[in-house]
Amino acid sequence: MTAAAAARPVFRESPLGRALGRFFANRSAVVGLVVLLAMVGAILLAPPLLGLSPNAIDLLSLNKPPGARHWMGTDGVGRDVFARLLEGGRISLLVAVSAVAISLCIGFLMGALATFGGRVLDGAIMRLVDLAMTLPPIVLLLVLASITGPGIAPTIFVIALLSWPILARMVRARLLELRERDFVLASRNMGAGTWHLIWRHALPNTLDVLVVYATLQMANAVLLEAGLSFLGLGVPPPDASWGNMLNSARSVLVLEQFPWQWLTPGAALVITVMATNFVGDGLRDAFDPRSDIG
Amino acid sequence: MSAGGTLIEVSGLTQHFGRKGWFGGGRVVRAVSDVSFGIRKGEVVALVGESGSGKTTVGRSMLRLIDPTGGKVVYDGTDLAALPPAALRPWRRRMQYIFQDPYASLSQRMTVGEILTEGLAIQGIGTRDERMGKAARALDSVEMPRDALARYPHEFSGGQRQRLGIARALILEPEFIVADEPVSALDVSIQAQIVNLLRDLQERDGLTMMLISHDLSVVEFLADTVIVLYLGRIMEMGPVDAVYGAPAHPYTPALLSAVPSTAPGAKRTRTILKGDVPSPINPPSGCVFRTRCPVAMPACADTIPPDRAVGPGHRSACLRS
Repeated sequence: MTAAAAARPVFRESPLGRALGRFFANRSAVVGLVVLLAMVGAILLAPPLLGLSPNAIDLLSLNKPPGARHWMGTDGVGRDVFARLLEGGRISLLVAVSAVAISLCIGFLMGALATFGGRVLDGAIMRLVDLAMTLPPIVLLLVLASITGPGIAPTIFVIALLSWPILARMVRARLLELRERDFVLASRNMGAGTWHLIWRHALPNTLDVLVVYATLQMANAVLLEAGLSFLGLGVPPPDASWGNMLNSARSVLVLEQFPWQWLTPGAALVITVMATNFVGDGLRDAFDPRSDIG
Repeated sequence: MSAGGTLIEVSGLTQHFGRKGWFGGGRVVRAVSDVSFGIRKGEVVALVGESGSGKTTVGRSMLRLIDPTGGKVVYDGTDLAALPPAALRPWRRRMQYIFQDPYASLSQRMTVGEILTEGLAIQGIGTRDERMGKAARALDSVEMPRDALARYPHEFSGGQRQRLGIARALILEPEFIVADEPVSALDVSIQAQIVNLLRDLQERDGLTMMLISHDLSVVEFLADTVIVLYLGRIMEMGPVDAVYGAPAHPYTPALLSAVPSTAPGAKRTRTILKGDVPSPINPPSGCVFRTRCPVAMPACADTIPPDRAVGPGHRSACLRS
């Protein structure tokens, strides 16, 4: 232990502080976080600097390989692939973040209400979850998508609706154990109602589940969006997303002759998913109560 | 100790766990059956008995932490067992619970200040600053430093945590406290401190207390009245001196003789019971104690013994007494 670490009053830190300390000691998680931050930074800051519109058609340079003007080449109608990659990343990540945020709220509240809302509510919610989980996800996805139609908001809605039941189960499993703990009993004995129990005890004690679910589901949501867009049901053209960039590059000609058109969004997708998974794994380890001392 | 009128009257309290499944079956655990007793204001009543005798269940049913299957808990004229949950809130602040395990009873994710003021916040008492002031004074009364407010429970030892648990119970200024094995999870050296603290606080505030314990020397020190439970039924109850001095029920001497003596070389006659406590899923007919009773007779299998007075305030549920 270094002098600086020894001087720091480690045991005065909050549980959250200790979890963050463990997270930053995990090398792959930190690498994942850096990659994600770099990607988000590029997506938000680079387009104005680049000076190229993602939807600007340049008929004089169709299917150009990467060069000085177009760093990642151009696609079949002469749009700059790098600009579209950034724009697609913005939309893909927007869809993923919003979908995960919505499913986090629904999943946590459903799980918490199932635990604290009494036996009838528990039965009703869990049967709904069972139902949602027994349906094949692809079929459900396609049906929902065909009802709502393509577009960014419907895609967010569809992905959120598909992913909350798993979280509700995880939250309920955690809270069933928590509900019988003495400090929750003490809180009830002081007159606490359902909402007090949910906000003051359930939420802080499921934070680790939520954080880990959010990161892992984030990767999943990017993939789902890509899948939906690939099938033509997600983000409609001319808006770019990583999924519909892959989709428009599915012909054998593009696949063989113009690899920069599909390699780049594919690589961006893989890197994002891997980075979020690293971060998620790191967070899960950091929040694992078994690595908690005291 | 001052003893006023009756504060709590428990009658016929019954707690059965387990429910009938949709397809029949389902075994029922008869944790507590037909328990009746009264507690006067300012009295310390001890519930004693071995593990699984239903001590904790009685304590928790009385505070409606679990809904009783049957019976009444009349608290200051109101039957708590019959109130809808929402109507219980104003009653909750008048009765508090001290838990056995000081590690499980405090939330790891809240500071001591948050833990102590939680009850005040729920009950809507005072402003944030006033609540913190009360929390600081509560720490004083359990002899803890005030700087504990900003710290987390994991920074404290078991004995200190139990003090925090006591402070949390007292901050609502309750008149009735259920102390569920308040010292059994602590080191022997710490036990005495906590027992003395409980006694001082009880005398200072004139608290009415139900002490749940299997430590009979703690009971002798703290309690006025003792209730002996076996398999969820009351075997004997009465003033501590009477029950300890002249036990009327055949189970009580066996329980008492399990207390280790502090006098070296003291002669002791151990009453050792044969066998194990029967399962509360399938308790014996008649007197639940008859399977292990040294003086059982055939009639014990047929009738549940009614409790009879054997002295002033002293009752025993045995056909022979």
